[in-house]
Amino acid sequence: MIKIEVEKELLGSLGKMNLHVNLAIEAQSFVALSGQSGSGKTTLLRILAGLEEAKGRIVVEDEVWLDGFKALPPQKRGIGFVFQDYALFPNMSILDNLLFVRQDKALAEELLSMSELLELAHRKPATLSGGQKQRVSLCRAMMNRPKLLLMDEPLSALDPLMRNKLQQEILSLHKTFGTTTIMVSHDPSEMYRLSSRVVVLSQGKVVQDGDAKSVLLRTQGSQKFSFEGELLDVIKVDVIYIAIVAIGQQIVEVVLDASEALDLQVGDRVNIGTKAFAPIITFQKERL
Amino acid sequence: MLEKVMALEFAPFLISFKLAFITTLILFCISLFLAWSLAQSRSRFKPIFEAITALPIVLPPSVLGFYILYSLSFHSPIGRFFQDVLGIKLVFNFTGLVVASCFYSLPFMVQPLQSGFEALPKNMLEASYIAGKSKLKTLFFVALPNIKPALMSAIIITFAHTVGEFGVVLMVGGSIPGETKVASVAIYEMVEIMDYTSAHIYSGLMVLMSFVVLLCVYIFNRQESHRLGGIV
Repeated sequence: MIKIEVEKELLGSLGKMNLHVNLAIEAQSFVALSGQSGSGKTTLLRILAGLEEAKGRIVVEDEVWLDGFKALPPQKRGIGFVFQDYALFPNMSILDNLLFVRQDKALAEELLSMSELLELAHRKPATLSGGQKQRVSLCRAMMNRPKLLLMDEPLSALDPLMRNKLQQEILSLHKTFGTTTIMVSHDPSEMYRLSSRVVVLSQGKVVQDGDAKSVLLRTQGSQKFSFEGELLDVIKVDVIYIAIVAIGQQIVEVVLDASEALDLQVGDRVNIGTKAFAPIITFQKERL
Repeated sequence: MLEKVMALEFAPFLISFKLAFITTLILFCISLFLAWSLAQSRSRFKPIFEAITALPIVLPPSVLGFYILYSLSFHSPIGRFFQDVLGIKLVFNFTGLVVASCFYSLPFMVQPLQSGFEALPKNMLEASYIAGKSKLKTLFFVALPNIKPALMSAIIITFAHTVGEFGVVLMVGGSIPGETKVASVAIYEMVEIMDYTSAHIYSGLMVLMSFVVLLCVYIFNRQESHRLGGIV
């Protein structure tokens, strides 16, 4: 069980803001931390790691990490941290990167073989691809058998295919070691696949907290489905209007009537939902 | 010409290199910790320390030489302490030269090391702290091995700069043959007595050696930054 009660004044993009978070996290759970950039997610993660000062109280399995302003240094917390930019030690081989954390060759080899990296064990990080580097970073974080694994957008620098593969690996590592994990993420599918709980921060406060499905599902009432998008253009065609909306990586057209078109401005964030139709799912390409 | 070369005394060169070697060694040990703490520091007073460290670059060597000469001499408490209590005389001898050179060349060791440390990704050092390693261990096993080009520059430039110093050495050491007469001072004296041939040989040697040293630094740095995938 991890009890977090922290407060810190931050200088966000909208001026001063107060990070105030109160959370209790079950042992062995997988929590996804989401929210717009500047909402305080990364700062919260860094406070948990002891890399950033804060006021409050953090208790992890009867161990006090923060009491008022008195903080346990990161060296003594026994955590794993996966950075977005990998943060591997370029002067050491892959194996040495792991052994630097703890001289436990058996564990290092077990982790590397789980991640299919055993053949690369004696290579230097500079010769690896982004996906491989992040897998090394993940293995390294597991080396001191952490009580808490923190991941700061670990997969956001990778391409979708690699992201998919690493999600599987994170999941299997979590199943094998049962490490309590907090991961900062922006990707709803990633949060849904990995986490048992999603916490959404906004302006330093928790605004949503629940299981992945209830937090991430966008439909309201009798809506069958609903998407968030950005209005790119409104085109007048005879008596009707056509709105061009970008949803994720795709562009769609939606028919509007004149009164709806008047309310909307190009650049607006919009929700597109439908009630009447049963959506059709077709198989698009081979499974990853 | 060849006879002239054979007849030349090379003691000033030897003294120059001995001085540069000892100075570089001492400065490396001091500056490593100084540069590391400056790079890590978020203190309000950091600019003050940085300014003090950089002073020898802008001060005329005569000013630096004068203060060092005064502080080390029998007229100052420091000089008197060394002479009375420890029995060490610090002016007009080799020991004094080493002390003076350490002040004179300090910024050339500290600054490359500090910017090397500052250019390291912060996350990399944090990853080491999270792995349970102390700041000292992080310095030796993570920071230092990853700033090899900066380290190389710092050492070589400090060495070369000490070989090339003139004003401070002349003021603090004088020109005692075999003791404090370094190559640069020897050249000055050769020109004064209009022995241009010797001055040419000495000066030519200095230019050649300095060029070779600098060339080595740049070649090494080029290779090293390729090898580390351009992180430094």
